[in-house]
Amino acid sequence: MTGKRIITAPVETTGDGEAILPVAAPSLSVSGRRWNPGDFVFKHLTLFFSLVLLSLVFLMGYEMYRGSAITLEKFGWEFLTTSTWDPVMDEYGALPFIYGTVVSSLVALLIALPLGLGVAIFLAELSPAWLERPLSFLVELLAAIPSIVYGLWGIFVLVPWLRLNVQPLLSTHLGFLPLFKGPAYGFGMLAAGLILAVMVLPIIASISRDVLRAVPNTQREAALALGGTRWETTKIVLGTAKSGILGATLLGLGRAVGETMAVTMVIGNRADISASLFNPAYSMASVIANEFAEATTPAYTSALIEIALVLFVVTIILNAAARLIVWGVTRKFRTA
Amino acid sequence: MMTRERWNFLWRKAKSRGMTLLAVLCVVLAVAPLILIFSYTLLQGVSALNMDFFIQMPKPVGEPGGGMANALAGTGILIGLGALFGLPVGIMAGIYLAEYGDNPLGATVRFFADVLSGVPSIVVGVVAYILVVLPMNHFSALAGGVALAILMLPTVTRTTEEMIRLVPHSYREAGLALGVPRWKTTVRIILPSALKGITTGILLALARAAGETAPLLFTALGNRFWSTAIDQPIASLTVFIYDYAKAPFEDWNRQAWAAAVVLIGLIFLLSLLFRIVTRQRYAEH
Repeated sequence: MTGKRIITAPVETTGDGEAILPVAAPSLSVSGRRWNPGDFVFKHLTLFFSLVLLSLVFLMGYEMYRGSAITLEKFGWEFLTTSTWDPVMDEYGALPFIYGTVVSSLVALLIALPLGLGVAIFLAELSPAWLERPLSFLVELLAAIPSIVYGLWGIFVLVPWLRLNVQPLLSTHLGFLPLFKGPAYGFGMLAAGLILAVMVLPIIASISRDVLRAVPNTQREAALALGGTRWETTKIVLGTAKSGILGATLLGLGRAVGETMAVTMVIGNRADISASLFNPAYSMASVIANEFAEATTPAYTSALIEIALVLFVVTIILNAAARLIVWGVTRKFRTA
Repeated sequence: MMTRERWNFLWRKAKSRGMTLLAVLCVVLAVAPLILIFSYTLLQGVSALNMDFFIQMPKPVGEPGGGMANALAGTGILIGLGALFGLPVGIMAGIYLAEYGDNPLGATVRFFADVLSGVPSIVVGVVAYILVVLPMNHFSALAGGVALAILMLPTVTRTTEEMIRLVPHSYREAGLALGVPRWKTTVRIILPSALKGITTGILLALARAAGETAPLLFTALGNRFWSTAIDQPIASLTVFIYDYAKAPFEDWNRQAWAAAVVLIGLIFLLSLLFRIVTRQRYAEH
């Protein structure tokens, strides 16, 4: 690394290539290089901007905390557990939005986790080398498509398909389950869950792939040498990588929880709590997207900012936990 | 005569085959939506694209035709503002992380950059609203630019760091061995060597910021007229897509697809470019 270096030669040169005698020793820093004002300024300039980035996160939290003071004071924790959302009477409870966010994210994870894991296993363990690069590129591209385009596709392709094909089929065969009751609107929790699944899949797949790759090859060799089949070897690798896969899942969950446009366009935007996935629902991000620009009273704005604050805290916790886990795993193997 | 061991062996082999097949199936199921979305958008979008889209203004409600010239300009201005605020901070922080960041403070900054990249874009929009819209008392391009700057910050920082780290150590050592001060080594030798990677990475970050909608809804708001003033509401491609997708007019829906294909095309090309550039870098050593 380029940290501290010991220079044993007795003669140092200045930046102009002019030799200076060891007499100049007092101006040498501990690292053995001559102290250079340019170095000092440049280093601290970059340091300053790093600190700007760091403090930005705290500033964001603080500003939202201040901005939601009215509802924080008036409703306290009840804000999260009551379900009246009435801007006219200034009554705010965020439960239907929290419910919508949680359920749509869970539906998404339920679909995306097994699929994403399968993709990761294929990419890290099974794929022929020539296929791996284009496939990785495709999966990463899936993550780069803007949310609004997913939403557009959701409105014009996914929702009609669900309404005309999938939901009638589900309700005739599985209609006895409360999950699949009610009229087929197309718009609703199911559409939101599906579109979220497509969106978080690349995250889970690409991070799980990195984690699987970090598992040392000696483990695979040992399993194969003992006569294990490919699947038995993969199972052992998966066992080693399981905490990293948990990290990947948390990151995917973080993305699903905060996803706004695609969900807003297909979830139906009705603040109901219903067991059926067919029914329209609402999510925390969607209610901010739909109502923020029109929030007229200070309490209304404060309520919406408080929802943003909750989203902020939840995604920070999910991301922090996930990063720590993934870091821990990859570092453990790198030093091993 | 098959022994039990033999059966067991065949069973294990069959199971392994089955699981391999299952993994392949997962890949197919994962790639299918991408191909569906991509091909459908292309199909709808390319046929909807025409010269009018780029040079005409939006027509009043009910009148067919028109384009999104103002939204193209608006997105350009928003991205420009975002880059103006976001790039200096991101690039400098990235340099710090790569050159001086192997310490607890560097690890903390890196960690917070990663965490910041996970904060939902709608939340960033709310913060930009509090920081810019409230004090100014009205929606503005400036607020949208601030939101986009915060959103691109983590990507720019980490891309800059990673691209600098890809520069071989021998370059740095050569500079230092000639007695060039460290900062000059960084600015004159390391950065130019990493420039291609940093530039394409930043372009990709900008393209992705151009695809953001949520943080613009209540910062830049949107505008059906030509406006380039940064203290006024401004149009953007993504907000237009959102409005036009919800509208019950077929011609507006068509234009939404056209805008989507422009966005996707931009992001696809820049992803490809970034991939090619970084691949060359890897191949060099």
